[in-house]
Amino acid sequence: MASASTNGFDPRKHVGVNAERMSHVSSTDFPGHYPGEDHSWNLAKFQEKLSVNIERLSNRSIDLDLVGVDASIANAFRRILIAEVPTVAIERAYVWDNTSVIVDEVLAHRIGLVPLNVDPALLDLKDPQNDQATDRNTLVFRLRAACERRKPAPKDTTDPRKLYTNSEVLSSQMEWVPQGEQATVMATNPPVPTNSNIVLAKLRPGQEIDMELHAVKSVGKDHAKFCPVATASYRLLPEIILNPQKPVPPHLAEKFQKCFSPGVIRIHPRTKEVSVDKQKARFESMSREVYRHPEFEGCVQLARVRDHFLFNIESEGFYPPERLLLEAILVMRTKTVALRRAAEALLNDTRGGTGDVEMAEG
Amino acid sequence: MNQQSHPGASVGGGGFVPNPRQEMEYICADCGAKNEIKSREPIRCRECGHRIMYKKRTKRMVQFEAR
Repeated sequence: MASASTNGFDPRKHVGVNAERMSHVSSTDFPGHYPGEDHSWNLAKFQEKLSVNIERLSNRSIDLDLVGVDASIANAFRRILIAEVPTVAIERAYVWDNTSVIVDEVLAHRIGLVPLNVDPALLDLKDPQNDQATDRNTLVFRLRAACERRKPAPKDTTDPRKLYTNSEVLSSQMEWVPQGEQATVMATNPPVPTNSNIVLAKLRPGQEIDMELHAVKSVGKDHAKFCPVATASYRLLPEIILNPQKPVPPHLAEKFQKCFSPGVIRIHPRTKEVSVDKQKARFESMSREVYRHPEFEGCVQLARVRDHFLFNIESEGFYPPERLLLEAILVMRTKTVALRRAAEALLNDTRGGTGDVEMAEG
Repeated sequence: MNQQSHPGASVGGGGFVPNPRQEMEYICADCGAKNEIKSREPIRCRECGHRIMYKKRTKRMVQFEAR
């Protein structure tokens, strides 16, 4: 990539995106790779490079940039978000009556997937050895619904909602039954499903549902219903590097612009000179359409910035989207504490004994 | 199976003795009407005369894992 490096492509910083392959995929900023350079980990250097910017925030999702970290760190956060940030979901269903067309197992599974608006910090993780349910680790909901005909039967309608009561059992009909101290602890924010309009089952006259539901706290790797995010993903920041030695011919400027996502390439109105909109480069789809046209050969090099991660996190359930990364960092910190204690125990092994440290689960 | 066992009450071969005080309600397969049928009574719907009945679902608690 000798020709490319002259026009701004930096193999240390960029991942090359070429017509049929990627180049310079792995990072090289580790000790011993470049002779005579110190790449040992340094907190001051790390702090200087690290930055987190929130690009977009809505009720249910967040776009944020995590800059200046290794892919392993960014990926660790993504995986923790999906699998290890705890949430509360219904785990047990005790069915007294269910004469609806949806069978007990399926209905129980369906109810388990309903996201609950409960702060996981208020509950303890249930001890897997001792399966004892207490007011500290279990929430109880009651779901009761019976379908009947509405008495002054409305004529000339086939709408089941007008003909029958409870023709649809909704998540809002799950009624929280406070146990022990829960009535005071959760008084400000009583547990309910985040979405009150989820159809759990449909009923017709004579059919009935009567169940008790027990919710517990757990993590996404146990079951997907405990996952706090709908999606948590990242991609690398696209960068379009124009070659100053070979500018795009003015009469081809519009064709060049159309090779990229809308807004990414600007054309000077008078000189027809093309330039990249730095703010909009993040929206480039990296279709590599430019590489298909021989007239643009050598004009441009597509790349991605190796340490610039564009996270997209969609919250589902209790956590507001801006809190999710913080929760993931908290989980990561508890892991590093356990690892540190294990390492220290290894170093202090002179005392004799095994010196083992209980690692956190997983 | 919290049936009270009466000494010498095992009439049938299976050993399952239904509680005599509790009337069994059945649902007609044709019209859906509730029917109380006692033993040795003809199995026949009071409303429509249909001879096929459904037994009602148990009210006993059944436990499921929501997974």
